[in-house]
Amino acid sequence: MKVAISVNGKQVEAEVEDRLLLAHFVREVAGLTATNIGCDTTSCGACTVLLDGESVKSCTVLAAQADGRAVTTCEGLAGADGSWHAMQRAFHAEHGLQCGFCTPGMMMAAVSLLAENPDPTEEEVRTGLEGNICRCTGYHNIVRAVLAAARDGRAAQEAS
Amino acid sequence: MSIMGTRVLRTEDPRLLTDGGVYTDDLRLPELAGAAHVTFVRSPIAHARITGIDTSGAAGQPGVVAVLTAADLPAPPEGGDPTTEPLLAGDRVRYVGEPVALVLTEGRYQGEDAAELVSVDYDPLPAVPAIEASLTGETLLFPGTDNNVLGAGTAGEGDDVSFDGCDVVIERTVVNQRLAPVPLEPRALAAAWTGDRLTIWSSTQNPQLARGAIAGAVGLDPALIRVIAPDVGGGFGAKVAVDRDAIAVAWAARHTGHAVRWIESRSENLVGMVHGRGQRQTYKIGGTRDGRVLAYRLDVVQDCGAFNRLGAFLAQLTVLMAAGVYDLAHAGASFRAVATNTTPIAAYRGAGRPEAAAAIERAIDDFAAEIGMDPAEVRRINVVPPDKFPFTTATGATYDTGDYAAGLERVLSAAGYPALRAEQARRRKSGDTVQVGLGMSVYVEITAGDMGGETARVVVDAAGAATVFTGSSAHGQGHHTAWAMLVEDELGIPMDQITVVHGDTDAIPEAIGTFGSRSLQLGGTAVVQAAGEVKDQARRLAAEMIEAAEADLKLNTASGTWQIRGDPATALGWGQIAQRAGPDGLAADARFDASAPTFPFGAHLAVVEVDTETGKARLVRHVTVDDAGRILNPVLAEGQRHGGIAQGVAQALLEEVRYDVDGNPLTSTLVDYAAITAPELPSFELVASETPTSINPLGAKGIGEAGTIGSTPAVLNAVIDAVSHLGVRHIDMPATPERVWAAISEARAGR
Amino acid sequence: MIPAPFSYRRAGTVEEALALAAGAGDDGKYLAGGHSLLPLMKLRFAVPEVLIDIGRLAELSYVRDEGSHVAIGALTRHHDLEHSALLAAELPLLAHAAGRVGDPQVRHRGTIGGSIAHGDAASDLPAVVLALDATFVALGPSGSREIAATEFFSGLFETALEPGELLTEIRIPKPAQRGWSFQKFTKRAIDWAIVGVAVQGNQVALVNMGPVPMRAAGVERALAAGAGPADAAARAAEGTSPVADLGASTGYREHLAQVLTTRALAEAASRN
Repeated sequence: MKVAISVNGKQVEAEVEDRLLLAHFVREVAGLTATNIGCDTTSCGACTVLLDGESVKSCTVLAAQADGRAVTTCEGLAGADGSWHAMQRAFHAEHGLQCGFCTPGMMMAAVSLLAENPDPTEEEVRTGLEGNICRCTGYHNIVRAVLAAARDGRAAQEAS
Repeated sequence: MSIMGTRVLRTEDPRLLTDGGVYTDDLRLPELAGAAHVTFVRSPIAHARITGIDTSGAAGQPGVVAVLTAADLPAPPEGGDPTTEPLLAGDRVRYVGEPVALVLTEGRYQGEDAAELVSVDYDPLPAVPAIEASLTGETLLFPGTDNNVLGAGTAGEGDDVSFDGCDVVIERTVVNQRLAPVPLEPRALAAAWTGDRLTIWSSTQNPQLARGAIAGAVGLDPALIRVIAPDVGGGFGAKVAVDRDAIAVAWAARHTGHAVRWIESRSENLVGMVHGRGQRQTYKIGGTRDGRVLAYRLDVVQDCGAFNRLGAFLAQLTVLMAAGVYDLAHAGASFRAVATNTTPIAAYRGAGRPEAAAAIERAIDDFAAEIGMDPAEVRRINVVPPDKFPFTTATGATYDTGDYAAGLERVLSAAGYPALRAEQARRRKSGDTVQVGLGMSVYVEITAGDMGGETARVVVDAAGAATVFTGSSAHGQGHHTAWAMLVEDELGIPMDQITVVHGDTDAIPEAIGTFGSRSLQLGGTAVVQAAGEVKDQARRLAAEMIEAAEADLKLNTASGTWQIRGDPATALGWGQIAQRAGPDGLAADARFDASAPTFPFGAHLAVVEVDTETGKARLVRHVTVDDAGRILNPVLAEGQRHGGIAQGVAQALLEEVRYDVDGNPLTSTLVDYAAITAPELPSFELVASETPTSINPLGAKGIGEAGTIGSTPAVLNAVIDAVSHLGVRHIDMPATPERVWAAISEARAGR
Repeated sequence: MIPAPFSYRRAGTVEEALALAAGAGDDGKYLAGGHSLLPLMKLRFAVPEVLIDIGRLAELSYVRDEGSHVAIGALTRHHDLEHSALLAAELPLLAHAAGRVGDPQVRHRGTIGGSIAHGDAASDLPAVVLALDATFVALGPSGSREIAATEFFSGLFETALEPGELLTEIRIPKPAQRGWSFQKFTKRAIDWAIVGVAVQGNQVALVNMGPVPMRAAGVERALAAGAGPADAAARAAEGTSPVADLGASTGYREHLAQVLTTRALAEAASRN
């Protein structure tokens, strides 16, 4: 079947198998490989992208279900001029990544979390990331990064 | 000011944060265009004879390029070791998940469709699902052997430890349960031919070792193989070199002449990738009522899984490190490593040492409870004092440096131990449903124990920029940042002018790679030595260029220039000197072989709350000292500690690989295997401690596994401590809510 | 990891959905949020040949105050239930429980109708709507009918829905007694409940204590007879048949049911 999905603001149209997972559409058809696949039971969250601005696990969405919709991936976080998103800045500043495999999904989940809750407590950040597994960091610095991005976001809000 | 020991953010980050890095399945190289996708057919049964394989159903499917089985492999040599592991199962399968066939398809999605149609006939054999069954010897995994024992060994006094003079002797059998490493990137490999050379991209921790293993297995001269480690999404020891599945994929490329690519699913990974730990331990500890431990014996039965990949080696490390941080008059340990019809066991974060620490730290708490003494006090009395280093333990390890008592004091002080005990007492008195438990560990571990050395090459070019070729092979550790810091410190070339290269056997033909927390102390030292030689070369050239004696020259590392002492006008830049050296600039190779392993140490204190009605334990605080000598970059060191701690907590509370009585895995998805997530953990409280070693010029020991080794026993001890007043003396890991509840119920019934 | 091949059909209206289902017969399954069905298909435990995507039927996503009851469209996502001001005011038990299903990503996709139609006794919402005395509206080829929640869950993953019938609405009477509690016991936050207890007033339902979600009949009888919460809760496991599995033994589940029911009744009372 034919699908047309806006990925990071760009229309991507293709003839695909009905069973094509959105994660594979992003990786193979749109050619964006930051979004990773870490499991087959919707457990790990490495494949998290935004679908119409909300975090979803792209391994459990068919490309067909996202037809006509807008997907944002890690590659879409930075500005057109290459300037980093607050979340990317925060993950770097707080050493929130080691091997980096969970990171794109983790950041997208965190972006969605902050969009819905701009001033989370540490506990809310941890619970908000319950669907994302990291094996390297022990989550300590990931939590710091998300809280830092939240502060950064609120500061930007106040400044504007 | 030197950059050493300062907080430097990672140079690795920009790529990973923006385009997400390039892991093996991300590769979109022209060489791999049209690569066939590899899907494995795996045994669904733990132990069986294969009586037939019919590939015709699969071979005819759309997009199928080839279906390969053991019949396509060269026949194994006659009279070989019967316990040798084949690439593909031939006449017998020995664990669920064992590879039986490979399907190559044009499209990724076609692979599973075709694999389903490979028909294998299995004639079931009795399964040996666990250690107990293996020890009976009723069913042997390997025809032609007498028993299922794949290895054995002892350390110290072995089984003959004397418990004379002990007022109190406790013996207990405990479990150090099987774990799944779960790196977030599963195993992956791609291979493509360029003429008669095979290029392999492998999610490995050791590209050079991988090349050797593949060359031997597929019958290719290593010179015709190039192995590249792209970005690797976690390893934790489970991606050391290459395993049989990966080799089989490389062989498929050799056999068919086709480019191939493979990435496993998580379900495959949970049964196909090596597992960790898996020991049944019996400890016996004896001492006097005033707290002195006089004797300790540890008996280990190591579950190897179906083949002895590393089981015996791991258990050997366990018995070597069995005495822990304690100055024991009598100690001994012994092990048997046995085969079972389960996934083979190999290295997983700590690899043999967490098991040793977990046993003795449990035993110390057990002893403390028996004599009614605070476990911190028992430790104080028995740890090796700081003036006895280097210290050779009763089980044969020689610890370089350490201050165990100070580590414990730091952690207790940072945690506010007396106040915590007071809170515990208050809740015990008022019979709160939620009780507080305090658990500690004082641990020591062995790093860079392989004694294989490491290589480095440093090049400075005509622009004055440096390139470091390192034998170390990072998969999240931040070596690029760290090695650039080392070179900046040594040569005064700024970090942004330094490129670090790793993971390519063409660029770095000889190396060991990364495991056993060896990289900074071996790989980093090699980098410093290579840089040092570059510096010597530069000094000679600069002397010629400035026409001065070498002794009158100095390198100003702040500005990265060579000059005559006190005469900055004579300054020469690195680029100029490199140009003088010739078209290849300045270059030096180094190989550092340490004289001995190093022994990081530390202390952990865990504070848990246990709901005594449900048995659920919650880790509330976790305070640590993890002393790995001189710290190069605290940011990286802290990250390693955090990650290690989390995995150790997971073993204590949550994670466990389980099999049923027929050897069927019960935890083969991430729904059932309880990999720890953020809500189960607190933020950690790390206390700084640096006790350098003299074994390498960096004064560094390995930090990568220390956190894991210290955290598991501390958390388990805390859970048991929370309910010890109810009569509980031990709970096996993982201390799940049901296990805790059962222990409480049993203790109450026994009263 | 990859579903077996199937044909995808997208329904633009409810009528079209029914027609597509009728056409597909036994080979067809409705696809809503997909977070019950797709995971099964990816492991090839479910191999429907036709998927009928009803996820775009916006007319089935709503939370409405109908006076004596609240009407919830079957395609309302867990996320929307969690954040519904109306539910926070009238049915906080449901809002709270919806916020505990899976993780945030799952809640952005999963729907109440999908969860109920899937009929998993280990899921949270079937027990919750049972505690709330819900009625379900199902639309089929022969028209619309109402099914009481107490009649709906017939067996392990089995419901009263006929082939091709589409769940369209969940109707929940506004509770007379306002006290509520949801006790979901897990090892990790993200896990399915080992055991769960949903309480609304004196109505108590159990998660994962048998092949179907069930009301704790023994507890309710005791409460009706005037028993205090602890005595009533002691009867939590009556009439249940909890499995022994990786998560827990039967005995532990029975114990948890009692403990959680005690806590739930206490918390509900504090909210009265």
